[in-house]
Amino acid sequence: MNVTDADVIVVGAGPAGSCAAIELARAGRRVILVERGPFPGSKNMYGGVVYPRVLDQLIPSWWETAPVQRWVTRRSTMVLSETGALTIDYRNPSWGAPPYNGATAYRPDFDNWLAQHAVDAGATLVTSTTVTGLLRDERGRVSGVRTDRPDGDLTASVVIACDGVNSFLAKEAGLYPHTDPANFTLGVKETLALPKSVIDERFNVRDDQGVDIEILGGTSGVNGGGFVYTNLDTVSLGAVLKLPKLAAQKKRPEEIIAGLKSHPAIAPLIEGAEVKEYSAHVIPEAGLSMMPTMVTDGLLVAGDAAALCLAAGIWLEGVNFALASGMYAGQAAHEALSRGDVSARTLAIYTERLNSTFVLRDHKKLRKIPGLVLSDRVQQKYPAFVTGVVERVFRVENPSPKPGLRRIVKEERKKAGIGLRDLLKDGWTGLRGFG
Amino acid sequence: MRIARDTTWPEISFEERIGTAEFRIHERAHIVVDGDSCRGCSTRECVTACPANLFVPTSDGGILFNYENCFECGTCYMVCNKEGAISWSYPEGGFGVVFHRT
Repeated sequence: MNVTDADVIVVGAGPAGSCAAIELARAGRRVILVERGPFPGSKNMYGGVVYPRVLDQLIPSWWETAPVQRWVTRRSTMVLSETGALTIDYRNPSWGAPPYNGATAYRPDFDNWLAQHAVDAGATLVTSTTVTGLLRDERGRVSGVRTDRPDGDLTASVVIACDGVNSFLAKEAGLYPHTDPANFTLGVKETLALPKSVIDERFNVRDDQGVDIEILGGTSGVNGGGFVYTNLDTVSLGAVLKLPKLAAQKKRPEEIIAGLKSHPAIAPLIEGAEVKEYSAHVIPEAGLSMMPTMVTDGLLVAGDAAALCLAAGIWLEGVNFALASGMYAGQAAHEALSRGDVSARTLAIYTERLNSTFVLRDHKKLRKIPGLVLSDRVQQKYPAFVTGVVERVFRVENPSPKPGLRRIVKEERKKAGIGLRDLLKDGWTGLRGFG
Repeated sequence: MRIARDTTWPEISFEERIGTAEFRIHERAHIVVDGDSCRGCSTRECVTACPANLFVPTSDGGILFNYENCFECGTCYMVCNKEGAISWSYPEGGFGVVFHRT
């Protein structure tokens, strides 16, 4: 007879929770996957691209069934000044063929699809159920969750908290020492309707090829960034805004989006497009420095709940970290159950696995980058400096002779108010930080 | 020279904007704002930052708050400087915002 309702309760059917549940159910564990939305993915939005490579291990040929909007075959990074734009644009149609690289997808579709794999593997998915707290046994170990259903307590040997960026479970368990709002950004987004043929023409792609443009500058002086990416017959456009900076000025998020939309480099892309859906979500942006303790007795934390989001300028990833951390949490819970010991000491298998894979290796290598990217100099001064240099290089001022490149850089650096020492310091941090 | 900024998309009001998202509203307010704390607040971070524009200043120096069209993002309690001014929890299971194309 089972004395618990399940071997493992996974809280949150996002990418982390579903991967944890898939691993556990396939290993023969009794697993309950609890989701507070009416269906998996219904509470989830993001700022653009899924890199599902790690799914090769869980769902071979996942690309044949995953609900993808477009395959990203064009990846751009754009730096905006008031009216100018410098874009580094890479494209390769091979990213639009198996085994693929990145994809745009609607999270309500993608997360729902992934959760069905957990159900197919034998997990019990319980939707429309909010977890309101942790249960503990007489020795203080986590032994289940409390839900908002009548008689809603669910007991288990292990709980995996994949309850998102606000993770009240990780906080209740004391795994977050402090939560500084400066570690978080607000992402706001418009899903804009346009005919597929218009998107194909404006973004210079065809069939199921897609574009992801990440933007520095253009956020009305609020530290953060912007993004524009293509879905099949919509374009997603939004801004990511550092919370204290957003709160300390007077422009509201939708006004900042309007400013971005009206930039001469962006406006032609979305001309005439109507808002189909407006959405918002908070992002854990600070990387390694904000991460909680990942494990305590009977509890593991994965995905956004563990702040596993990589905001490193040229790399902006989150779903892949959620997929992988959920998968490793599921494996660790299974192994701990097999050993008959779900204390923090044995569950630390999870932390070891994060440490030995890209999940924490990327974060450790790039630990200085999120701070650099969101710093005042990179945000407020470098866009004007960089675009200023390019403007001068390509502007022909005949009959004046061309100024030397070094002189342009020096003058534009001074105009942007950047000290040489600071520039060298940031350059060194960047060089070392990107490894 | 200042180049005119294009606004070549259909303008929408905030009500129309928020109306593009689906909200299944429960009778219980999942966020409660303590009006007394707000009256003494001069910084008003929530008013600017809440993406759903749910915090509205009143003429008597307070804050009018409505939980119904909430994205459940957590911005308000994170930016708030007043301890205890915002009591924040998730809505009942199955209620609140429901995203579809994002």
